[in-house]
Amino acid sequence: MQVALVLGAAAALLSAVVGLFTVVRGQSFAGHALTDVAAAGGSGALLVGVDPVYGFVGFGLFAAGVMDLIGVRRLRGRDLATGTVLGAATGLTALILYFDTTSQATTGATQQILFGSIFTVNASVLPLVIVLSLVSLVVVAVLYRPLLLSTVSTDIARARGVPERLVGVVFLGTVSVAVGLSALTIGAILSTALLVGPAATALRLTTRMARALAAAAAIGIGSCWVGVLLAYDSYYWGSSHHGVPVSFFIVMLVFAAYLVSGRLDRARRRAPAPTASGRAERLPEPAAGVRGSS
Amino acid sequence: MFSGFMVNAWTVATIVAVIAGVVGFFVVLRGSAFPAHAIPNGAFAGAAAASVIGVNELLGLAVCAVAAAFGIGALGRRGRHDVATALALVVMLAFGSFFLSRSTEYEPQLYSLLFGEVLGVSTSELLPVAGLALACVVAVAVLYRPLLLSSVVPEIGDARGVRAARMEGAFLVVLALATAMTVPVVGALLIFSLMIGPPAAARSVTNRPLAAIGLSVAFALLTVWSAIALSYLTDWPIGFFVGSLAAVCYGVGRLVGASAGS
Repeated sequence: MQVALVLGAAAALLSAVVGLFTVVRGQSFAGHALTDVAAAGGSGALLVGVDPVYGFVGFGLFAAGVMDLIGVRRLRGRDLATGTVLGAATGLTALILYFDTTSQATTGATQQILFGSIFTVNASVLPLVIVLSLVSLVVVAVLYRPLLLSTVSTDIARARGVPERLVGVVFLGTVSVAVGLSALTIGAILSTALLVGPAATALRLTTRMARALAAAAAIGIGSCWVGVLLAYDSYYWGSSHHGVPVSFFIVMLVFAAYLVSGRLDRARRRAPAPTASGRAERLPEPAAGVRGSS
Repeated sequence: MFSGFMVNAWTVATIVAVIAGVVGFFVVLRGSAFPAHAIPNGAFAGAAAASVIGVNELLGLAVCAVAAAFGIGALGRRGRHDVATALALVVMLAFGSFFLSRSTEYEPQLYSLLFGEVLGVSTSELLPVAGLALACVVAVAVLYRPLLLSSVVPEIGDARGVRAARMEGAFLVVLALATAMTVPVVGALLIFSLMIGPPAAARSVTNRPLAAIGLSVAFALLTVWSAIALSYLTDWPIGFFVGSLAAVCYGVGRLVGASAGS
């Protein structure tokens, strides 16, 4: 139980911070593709017999490199390149999961890799998880300025001599670590929820980067903890003693926060606008961001 | 390989490939790869719900896929399009996992819904699938010109009285119907491969729309047929072959396109 809470907090915090940049850069699809690749890694790790966390993170980092190579950064055809990587990785996941369930007696592999199993995570991987998330947070902190600049305006970043490609690759690397950690928590194909949900919610509440970071982290950790508690409790609901999956609660809470923030956002827009201050830190309005991203 | 129960598999797979080729052409043209990936997951939730409640699976698939299409459209109207798609996707997946956790035979069913199982198609399921396929083809044929216009130059489409938003909605519904019948065969996570790889390859070979649709259907058929044959011979899951062959299609198409363009 404590392991679950600490793990959830680490994954949610890192995902929220990294997710904010992912959303603003319009890379939700790329982030989602990384989760599917991580699923292949996680199931592969089960097959070899090591802890899934190594597979999740290792494969994610590798995929980040591949996606940069085949040109995920270029806007034209970006969706197709991402989608192809995603499809191939999913096919690979299908094969490895098939081996997992046939060659070894690991029942429940599909469930564990794709939809997560926070209660069965081994306490021995906890130090690794914490170190990984701290390192990634430090990397994001170091990259903060150039990353923000190249996110808001590529042209200015280029003029200032920001090594854009390097920043992009390192950033995708941190995304894959974040996705790998939340894959442990809520499963590989659902980790998009922690990556995109809290960040999108925060961006509807505020347009200031620092506040958005704090709000996203709070929403992410909050939904994670409440979700874990509800799932733990759900075992005693009804008479069937069928627990409800943790990932279900967490995803629903994240989604509810997103819907509520939409209401708040609309209500605030109707009210007279407050005087703008600290304009340099402001991000583009959510609605004016990347639409369709193709 | 061609006897008994395999006949159904070949028939259904052929229908699926034709539909995926035709609809996929528009997916690639409109750049709606992400919605095409998200809607099948809604169908996954529908199939899971149908198996718990005990109604016809195809009905659950169709209803939930169409609901997912409308949901994505409604959420996408405010806020970022890709964020709305991503959130709708995970919500539907989570519902699917919730419904499946209510049923007793959890694991094998989860696997076959996500990654497909072409061998489990019975003769009584053939007719509804064929009917849905026909509906899809007719819808695309009726929508063909306005859809093409609003996909390529939305401004001119608007001027001619083709509403881009309405076209988007209609297209998402067609996409939803197409995915509803493909989910049981290639699985919720892999239809998408079939809708991206072959059409993208066809597009890089030719620029003429009808020729591209024809080629994309041909590539999709080739992918699915080889996938079934390989899966039959090796006993490995069909999803793996569909995913990797579609990626190969895309890669070869890009190489051919690059050499033709230079």
